[in-house]
Amino acid sequence: MTHREPVVRFENVGMRYGMGPEVLRDVSFELGAGSFHFLTGASGAGKSSLLKLMYLAHRPSRGLVHLFGRDMATTDRHEMPGLRRRIGVVFQDFRLIDHLSAFDNVALPLRVADAEPGRVDTQVAELLGWVGLAEHLDSTPPTLSGGQQQRVAIARAVINRPNLLLADEPTGNVDNEIAVRLLYLFEELNRLGTTIVIATHNEALVRRFSYPCLHLAGGELKVRAAPKRTVA
Amino acid sequence: MRSDLPLAGDDQSRYIPWIVAIMVYLACLALAGALLAGSAVERWNKGLSGALTVQIMPGKNADPKAAEARVRDAVSLLAATPGVVHAEALGDARIAQLLSPWLGDEALHDLPLPALIDVRLAPGVAIDLQSLGARLAKAVPGAEIDDHQRWLRRLVMLGRAVEALAGVILVLIASAAAAATVFGTRAALAVHHHVIEVLHLIGAQDSYVARQFQLHALKLGLRGGGVGLLAAAVTLAAFWYLASAGGAPVAAFAALIPWGWASLLLLPVATGLIAMLTARRTVLGALAEMV
Repeated sequence: MTHREPVVRFENVGMRYGMGPEVLRDVSFELGAGSFHFLTGASGAGKSSLLKLMYLAHRPSRGLVHLFGRDMATTDRHEMPGLRRRIGVVFQDFRLIDHLSAFDNVALPLRVADAEPGRVDTQVAELLGWVGLAEHLDSTPPTLSGGQQQRVAIARAVINRPNLLLADEPTGNVDNEIAVRLLYLFEELNRLGTTIVIATHNEALVRRFSYPCLHLAGGELKVRAAPKRTVA
Repeated sequence: MRSDLPLAGDDQSRYIPWIVAIMVYLACLALAGALLAGSAVERWNKGLSGALTVQIMPGKNADPKAAEARVRDAVSLLAATPGVVHAEALGDARIAQLLSPWLGDEALHDLPLPALIDVRLAPGVAIDLQSLGARLAKAVPGAEIDDHQRWLRRLVMLGRAVEALAGVILVLIASAAAAATVFGTRAALAVHHHVIEVLHLIGAQDSYVARQFQLHALKLGLRGGGVGLLAAAVTLAAFWYLASAGGAPVAAFAALIPWGWASLLLLPVATGLIAMLTARRTVLGALAEMV
């Protein structure tokens, strides 16, 4: 990827599940390196589908998807894990592994990338402390509240300092104070160079942090400029 | 090794060690049978391939001196034949000992018995038995050569058939072990699909996921194989004991030492490896269908 090449580039992308109707139609946009976008739209507008294309869980039915300067249609399957490690994902349903502790869940991306055990221990404990879960390192997800699980999911997504962070409703289960704190974490990552896309229904959060929006309506995408920042 | 997948607690894998144990038990018995048959055939071959028996039918006039002279002539002719290292007429007592189990002691007194000459051949020397037989029959009418090949061939064929059957049984058992592993692994893949998907999406290589399944399958295979081997060892020991107690020769068992027994010990390891490789292949095949 050259310096100026966008991290994400979609060209006339369409997507459907099986033989069903298109949930995304002619989607074209670019996300520059180090950009920060909200992804907005009503429920069923296609936000999760668009994120699935970006975190390589699905292939488009038509059109071109470029990530990190690579055309995903021609990228070899064996190269996909390397690309996925550059993407952090916060799933809407968290997708934590119930039998693993909070610590082990967050450590997973480092371990699949063969990180040194010493580095894993330090980084994971530090990050879980930062998201307020220092007392819950050994707790398994079923014993944590929804908000605590969400913070574990966020910690897992960012532990590897990804180039691209995709978050599907990351503040849906936390109170406003924690939501703002999490957004500050994302901003911090963004300052370090991570490209961020946050799907959210929280209009107040969108106005407060004032970043451009990718707005989906009826499967079609429009890019909106950043709204005027409001003060909390 | 740490596992991200809770495979050890799966219901479907609870029975696999027992299935493997039964398979390894049967495989051990089949292999032991094949080894014993092979060992017996080998011993028969070794014991008889360097030997001949010459049989001289009793003449019409039962003159003992004439009969002794015919035997002497035959022994002389045989001893002078190149490749024959030893030719010795068996005494009446020895012949009676050989025949009494089939004819009974009383019948031996009433029947005219043939004279028998035990002939030992030099190792590796080929003798034209047809020509020797013709010369012998000419010199001593009524003399016949028995090189034991007629019945030895049948015994060898039987032994080889037992070995082949055991081989087929081993292949079938290996296939069944592989099939059980495939079904168990597919069930585990379905049960843990959500965890596998997470690992996949955070950048785990297919081999990282497959390694967890294959190590689990190896453990199950070795555990089941160990139990099966133990049960087979008890069964074979019981056979040995019963064979010894009944006066049957146990030389075949002893002849298996050491490589024969070593191959039995390798069966659980082989089964574990089959389970491991099958699980790996199954998981990699399933993961290849993901994006």
